[in-house]
Amino acid sequence: MRTEPDLIVIGGGSAGMAAALEAKKQGIEKILILETDPYLGGVLRQCIHTGFGLHTFGEDLAGPEYAARFIRQVEEAGIGVLLSTPVLEVTEDLTVRAMSRDEGYLELHPKAIVAATGCRERSAGTIAIPGTRPAGVLTAGTAQRYLNIEGYHAGKRVVILGSGDIGLIMARRLTLEGAKVLLVAELMPKSGGLKRNIVQCLEDFDIPLLLSTTVVEIHGRERVEGVSLAPVDENLTPILEKKWRVDCDTLLLSVGLVPETELFQAAGAPVEKNNGLRVDENLMTGIPGLFACGNAVKVHDLVDNVTLQGVKAGGFAAAFIKGE
Amino acid sequence: MEDVIVIGGGVVGCLTLRALASWKLRVRLIEKQYDLASGATMANSAIVHAGYDPEPGTRKARFNAEGNRLYPALARELDFLFLPTPSLVTAFGEEQEETLEKLLARGRENGVEGLSILRGEELFRAEPRLSEKVTAALRAPTAGITEPWSVAITAAENAADNGALLNLGEEVTGLSRLPDGILVTTDKGEYKARAVVNAAGVWADRIHDMLLPHAFSIRPRLGQYYLLDRKVGDLVKNTLFACPTREGKGVLLSPSVHGKLLIGPDAREVSDRELTPTDAEGLRFVRESAARFLREPLPMNLTIRTYAGIRPTPDTGDFIVGKTDVPGFYQAAGIESPGLASAPAIARELSETVARDLGAAKREDFNPFRRKQIRLNRMSEEEKRELISRDSRYAVIVCKCEKVSEAEIVDAIHRNAGARSVKGVKKRVGAGFGRCQAGFCQPVVVSILARELGIPKDQVLYDGPGSEILKGKVK
Ligand SMILES: Cc1cc2nc3c(=O)[nH]c(=O)nc-3n(C[C@H](O)[C@H](O)[C@H](O)COP(=O)(O)OP(=O)(O)OC[C@H]3O[C@@H](n4cnc5c(N)ncnc54)[C@H](O)[C@@H]3O)c2cc1C
Ligand SMILES: Cc1cc2nc3c(=O)[nH]c(=O)nc-3n(C[C@H](O)[C@H](O)[C@H](O)COP(=O)(O)OP(=O)(O)OC[C@H]3O[C@@H](n4cnc5c(N)ncnc54)[C@H](O)[C@@H]3O)c2cc1C
Repeated sequence: MRTEPDLIVIGGGSAGMAAALEAKKQGIEKILILETDPYLGGVLRQCIHTGFGLHTFGEDLAGPEYAARFIRQVEEAGIGVLLSTPVLEVTEDLTVRAMSRDEGYLELHPKAIVAATGCRERSAGTIAIPGTRPAGVLTAGTAQRYLNIEGYHAGKRVVILGSGDIGLIMARRLTLEGAKVLLVAELMPKSGGLKRNIVQCLEDFDIPLLLSTTVVEIHGRERVEGVSLAPVDENLTPILEKKWRVDCDTLLLSVGLVPETELFQAAGAPVEKNNGLRVDENLMTGIPGLFACGNAVKVHDLVDNVTLQGVKAGGFAAAFIKGE
Repeated sequence: MEDVIVIGGGVVGCLTLRALASWKLRVRLIEKQYDLASGATMANSAIVHAGYDPEPGTRKARFNAEGNRLYPALARELDFLFLPTPSLVTAFGEEQEETLEKLLARGRENGVEGLSILRGEELFRAEPRLSEKVTAALRAPTAGITEPWSVAITAAENAADNGALLNLGEEVTGLSRLPDGILVTTDKGEYKARAVVNAAGVWADRIHDMLLPHAFSIRPRLGQYYLLDRKVGDLVKNTLFACPTREGKGVLLSPSVHGKLLIGPDAREVSDRELTPTDAEGLRFVRESAARFLREPLPMNLTIRTYAGIRPTPDTGDFIVGKTDVPGFYQAAGIESPGLASAPAIARELSETVARDLGAAKREDFNPFRRKQIRLNRMSEEEKRELISRDSRYAVIVCKCEKVSEAEIVDAIHRNAGARSVKGVKKRVGAGFGRCQAGFCQPVVVSILARELGIPKDQVLYDGPGSEILKGKVK
């Protein structure tokens, strides 16, 4: 049997690692990070572009490099880590149930928990795009994972819906890897992505960004054969008389990120409208002893801010454990 | 030479195949799609109707009431999800209350048990969030909800375990009479059989016309749905219906067996019999129709999926079941709603007729029980702990949303009638069925399929041929 940790950090991305490191610094000895994936780092692992760590390290690092620095610190600090260990249930009295590839069924009772589960991407199902449901419709993050981690193309003629940063970054990545990105369509009159990404990922590659435009239908039986696009009016309603069709084999979606917090909602923790965990000024959720940070609270643009919030959450959790 | 060939691997064909396999008969199923349960059986309301709706005296009425009674035992034998869930047909005002009285009388005539009309406090106790505008409701306690594709797939698996043959991805292109049976021609070969069962869903009229003069037509009608996150799966306790009209049973609001919330369908005639696109107008109709049921607005922002299915509606109005003028040619055609509920009864009667005509005896060695499928998400914490201490492979979770382990996926691939595609895995174990819609787990499922099937990742299919998910390795 595992000894009971004082602190469990759920999610080993940048937020979770920062929280664990800070709690350790504050004197908490028994810390355990539980992570679904077979590696630490979270979404950074697949972000092989640069643009990370300008504030934290004063350097322009690629995602995996930024993560690697923290992973090394976690190892050096002797913080317990269980990989391939999704947490499947958390209860109001801070019981944590997880399934671990290496250690099997776990039920643990820490004194405090840090929720650092990041976010998920909104899917085609969520936004209910009309049309068929063939292969070739996937989120930008899933395509990024196929490309950067598994080494496979998810498509060759690609339309991207949504100009979130992942979509923009993928437009460039796909183009560099020889796929044809036909256009990026954005429902809103303005892109939600970072300015530098619009310039470096679209403009530099002559990829058109169509604002106030959306996909109104997906075509194709087995695989995507095309999509219909249409401009939208002020109420974001598509003007169908003006729709046109573009032939493509893939529709990538970058239509928003949603904090992954259902685990904690089921325990009774309230969330904000964005599905992020509601936290007080000590980053504590509605459940005493359950703290939260990173994209599980609010989707962040910059990893440096995630790290900062992780540090804070780790500190508050440590104080809670020590009864301060 | 086969004794019987069943054309069509939907719920009707698969249950008929299994029923036939319980007789001393050599049986084979031919399904044109790459996987079983790819037609109407994949996309419907999943309600095992009680049987108050069909006109007394019709085949629909008889098979529905009988089929409903067969479900609980069938679910135990085949180990698929079936949850008794009462239906409430809601009336908004006096005129509709008269319809309820008619349905009540009809239901009693059809032999449906336990029907009652609820009003006032009793009604709102049964369904607390129901709109105050609902004045009464017909309650049918024997109704249930199920996982339609699993009914078909588990039946085919059990049939195959008992020796039935399955030919998937093979299309019947012609039928002709032989002195001692029927010659079945497919896009891959020829088979002789003493008997043939036409369970071809939307294509059943075409199959019929291969042997007989045109007698009925299928008028495909599309129906669309929303599926909402399980966070709101307990919004309703019963399946809520509007009063039926000539167009059908209308839009319903129902819990699903996975604890999600199902809303739909609309009805629209379509020309393409297989393509199932959703459209903005139909989805709006579904939203607006369902909005009347409850006091509060429906949380449509918690949608995780929309989908559509095609009803194989016959222009004759009733199911077409049984013998034809061609010796050895049998049909279960035009099986629209309540076809899912009726399928076990149709299968039983049809198989008995065929077996009798072929002079076959019952098998003593037929095993009606399907080999138990381990499903983590249906276990208690204690059972999970015990399972994993015995077999640690179940501790490798692939789908976090639905809590599905790698071992379950591997098992689903290697069973009879096993999964061969990402959608096949989704149908059999639910991986990718949750709120992230496979965003996290699809790459892992692709890797598992590639490994278990011994193919490169970029040959792994989403569903049928041509639905490869990946387009080659990055150079
Ligand atoms: C594509 C993309 C590009 C970006 N580009 C930049 C950039 O250029 N510069 C920059 O500064 N920032 C960038 N960001 C922002 C920043 O990097 C991220 O917001 C930050 O890394 C998020 O950290 P996190 O720890 O909150 O979440 P994540 O990194 O997502 O970590 C959450 C972890 O929790 C795990 N988890 C989830 N649920 C469970 C569970 N039930 N049990 C166990 N573990 C669980 C997950 O597997 C994951 O590892 C980018 C983000 C994205 C998505
Ligand atoms: C929107 C909707 C809602 C419904 N709701 C309910 C409900 O709540 N309750 C209920 O009881 N019923 C319901 N139904 C009805 C129910 O889904 C059907 O009655 C049932 O699934 C029909 O099963 P089947 O096997 O006849 O047809 P299918 O599942 O369509 O199977 C027929 C199979 O035959 C195959 N086939 C066709 N031609 C050939 C060929 N030439 N060669 C080989 N194979 C071929 C097809 O590929 C297909 O797989 C609903 C239907 C729809 C569409």
